Amino acid sequence: MKISGSPHVHSDESTKKIMWRVNLALVPMLLTGIAYFGLNALLISIVSVACCCLFQWLIEKFILKTPSTVCDGSAVVTGLLLAFNVPATADMIWLVAIGALVAIGVGKMTFGGLGKNPFNPALVGRVFMLISFPVQMTTWPTVGKWFPMSIDTVSGPTPLGIIKEGLSHEGATIQSVIDANNLPSLTEIFLGHMGGSLGEVSAIAILIGAIYLLCRKVITWHIPVAFIGTAFIFSGILWLADPTMYIDPVTTILTGGIMLGACFMATDMVTSPMAKSGQLIFGVGCGLLTIIIRNWGAYPEGVSFAILLMNSVTPLINRWCKPKRFAC
Amino acid sequence: MKTFKMGGVHPEENKISTNAAIEQMPLPKQVAVLMNQHLGAPATPIVAKGDKVKVGQLIAEAQAFMCANIHSPVSGTVNKIDVCKDMVGLPKTAIYIDVEGDEWMETIDRTPDIKRDCSLEPKEIVAKLKEMGIVGLGGATFPAHIKYSVPEGKKAEYLIINAAECEPYLTSDHRVMMEHAEEICIGVSILRKALGVPNAYIGIESNKPEPIRVMSEMAKNFEGIIVEPLVVKYPQGAEKQLINSITGRKVPSGKLPIDVGCVVSNIGTTFAVYEAIQKNKPLIENILTVTGKKLPSQHNYQCRIGITYNDIIKHALGELPSNTGKVISGGTMMGKAISNLDAPTTKGASSVLVMDESESRRRPESNCIRCGKCMNACPMGLEPYLFSALVKNNRIEEAQSHNILDCIECGCCFFSCPANKPLTDEIRLGKAKVRAMMAAKK
Repeated sequence: MKISGSPHVHSDESTKKIMWRVNLALVPMLLTGIAYFGLNALLISIVSVACCCLFQWLIEKFILKTPSTVCDGSAVVTGLLLAFNVPATADMIWLVAIGALVAIGVGKMTFGGLGKNPFNPALVGRVFMLISFPVQMTTWPTVGKWFPMSIDTVSGPTPLGIIKEGLSHEGATIQSVIDANNLPSLTEIFLGHMGGSLGEVSAIAILIGAIYLLCRKVITWHIPVAFIGTAFIFSGILWLADPTMYIDPVTTILTGGIMLGACFMATDMVTSPMAKSGQLIFGVGCGLLTIIIRNWGAYPEGVSFAILLMNSVTPLINRWCKPKRFAC
Repeated sequence: MKTFKMGGVHPEENKISTNAAIEQMPLPKQVAVLMNQHLGAPATPIVAKGDKVKVGQLIAEAQAFMCANIHSPVSGTVNKIDVCKDMVGLPKTAIYIDVEGDEWMETIDRTPDIKRDCSLEPKEIVAKLKEMGIVGLGGATFPAHIKYSVPEGKKAEYLIINAAECEPYLTSDHRVMMEHAEEICIGVSILRKALGVPNAYIGIESNKPEPIRVMSEMAKNFEGIIVEPLVVKYPQGAEKQLINSITGRKVPSGKLPIDVGCVVSNIGTTFAVYEAIQKNKPLIENILTVTGKKLPSQHNYQCRIGITYNDIIKHALGELPSNTGKVISGGTMMGKAISNLDAPTTKGASSVLVMDESESRRRPESNCIRCGKCMNACPMGLEPYLFSALVKNNRIEEAQSHNILDCIECGCCFFSCPANKPLTDEIRLGKAKVRAMMAAKK
C-alpha cells in the first residue's frame, strides 16, 4: 500500500495541457498568416516549429542528458510565436532556423528549460534576428487588397515604419505621410491588410485566440488590458497634444505587435509576474516602454524590447507585489 | 448563495455513499482506546489490568487543561495498558479492552425517545460536556468544554454549525442530518444556550439538497436556528472560510474564531452534544463512511471508538480488493493515508476511503512554470510556490515572514499545480521547521 501526504487527488491540470491550449489559440493567427502571405508563411512556421523542437530534443539528449520534454508543447509555442514575429519573406525560411536555435538554446535551455527562463524565448530569438539581420527583418511583404495569394505581393515597410521614416523629413506631418504613401484604412488594419510580421497583422485573429485563452483560464485579463490600455492612453495624450506628429491611439494599438505582444508574449506565465497587482504593473510598464520606443527610439516598433525589459524586472515585481492575504 | 471570497477549488465530489443508511457495526473482540484522541495532552488512565469496565465508564481522565475525558466504548476486561501504533505508525499509549457482552452504565438513557427539554444552566452544560469527553468531530478534535467556555472579555455573537462537508467522498454528516435532524436541532439549541447567542447558523453546501430540506423543515420548530445553503467550493468547511462565508468576518492570522465573535461546531459534534447532555451518553461512538469508487458496496457505519480499521474493513468488504493502492482516513483533500490498518479508530475519525492502484498514483513532478495557480487557489492568500522554494533552500525565517504558519493545509495548491509539485508536503515540512525554530528561540 502507498503512503503519501494529502491531498490524494489532483485537478488533472498539467503543463502539457496548458501549452497545447496556447498552441490551439495560435491557430487563427497561423491561418490568417497563411491566407495573407501564402506559402511562405506556412513554410516559415513549419521550419520554425520543427527547429525549435529539434534543438530542444538535441540539447536535452546530448548536452543536458535529461528526458525529452518536447511533447509538453512549449517548444511548439516558442516556434509558432517566433514565426509570427518575422516578416513572411522567402529569406526568413532559413533565417528563422537560426532564430529558433537562439530562442531555444540561449533563451530557454541555458537557464534549465521551461519554467526557469527569465526572458520570453521567442522574443530572445526575434530580437537576436532583428539585430543580426536588420535588412531581412524589416523587409515586409505587403498584402494585396483581398485574397492576397492570387495577387503579386510587393515588399515594403510596415505602416509604423513608413510613418517613422516619413516624419524624419523636414515639415512632414502624419497626414502628409499617410496621404503620400496611401496607407491602409482602420478597417483594413483591423482585418490585417497591411505590412507586418506573419502573425501580428490581423487583430481579429489575435482576439479570437486571446478570448479562448481567457475562457480556458490560461491567461487573465490583467496584462493584456493594462498593456493595451496604457499604450492607448499614452499615445492618446501625445496625439491630443500634437496630432500632426503623433499617430492616433486606435491606429497605435492595431498596428505593429501590440496586440500579439499583449495577448500572447507578455502573458507568458514563466516570464510575467504572478500576483494580479504585479501583472497590472507589468502591463503598464510594457505599454509605456512600447510607446516611448516607438516615438523616441531608433526602431519604429518597440513591443519586443518593451516586453523583454519588463521580463527582466519580473522577479523584482514578484518580490514587491504580494497577493492579498486573508484578513489583512 | 453565500461563499468565501478568496481562492478555493472544486474537486470531483464523489459522494457515492450518500444513500447508504447508517448501519450498526458489530462489536469487535478487542478494542484499543488511545489516550490522545484529541488536541492537547493525553488523558491519564484510571483503570488497571484486569479491571472490569462497562460501556460509557470513565477509563481515562483529563488532568491537563487542554485535554478530554475518555470513556470505555465497550464492556469487558482491561487486557493491558500498552504502547499502540496509531494509523500513521506513531507509538501512543492505549488501553486494550477484551470485549465481553455489551453491558452499559445504568446512567445512560438508551431508549429511542427524544428528550427535548434541557434545564441545565450554561455553566452546567459546559461541565457536562467536559465530563462526557466531547471533542470537535470536524477533524481538529478540539475539546468542547474549552470551546464553549468563552474567555473573560470576549463575547460570542454567532454560533456556526459546520455541515458543509466539503471533502470529497465523505457522507457521514449527510447521513446524520437525514436520520437525526431533530436531535441535532436540540443539540444546537443546547449549544446556543451555553454560549448565550441569539442565532445559530447551519452552513450546508448546496450539493446536499435533501439535508438542506430536512434541516430547514426541522429548524422551523426551533427558535434561532437558520439553515444557510452554501456554494459548493472547497474548503468551504474550513473554520476561517466558513466564518467568512456566513458572517463575512475574517479571523486574523494567529487569532481564534471567538476573537471575531464566532464559535464553530461540526454537525456531528452537535449530535454528540445532544446525546451527552440529554441522554448522558459519553463520546464512545462515531459515524464512519466506508467508500471508494471501485468498491462493490458503499456504507455508513456507527462504530464504537477503538475498533481497528481492519475490523471495519473485514465487516464491510470482507477483505481489501487486491489492487488497493491507498487507504485513507478522511477525505481525499485532507485525509491521512493509513499505514497501519491494525490501528484503532479515534474520536475524530470520519471515514475509511479505499483508492485503487491507478487512483493513488502521483504523476511525475516537473519545473514550476510560475503560472500562479497555487496562489489563486490558496484560500488564505499565500504563495505556495514561494514556500516550496524557500523550504527546499532551508530559508525558514523567510518562510515564516511570508506567513507560512497561516497555511491551513487544505491542499488546494497541490491540487491545482500543473507541474504536479507536492506543494502541500513541502509547506507541511516548512511549518514543522518554523515551529522547531520558534521553540529553539524560546
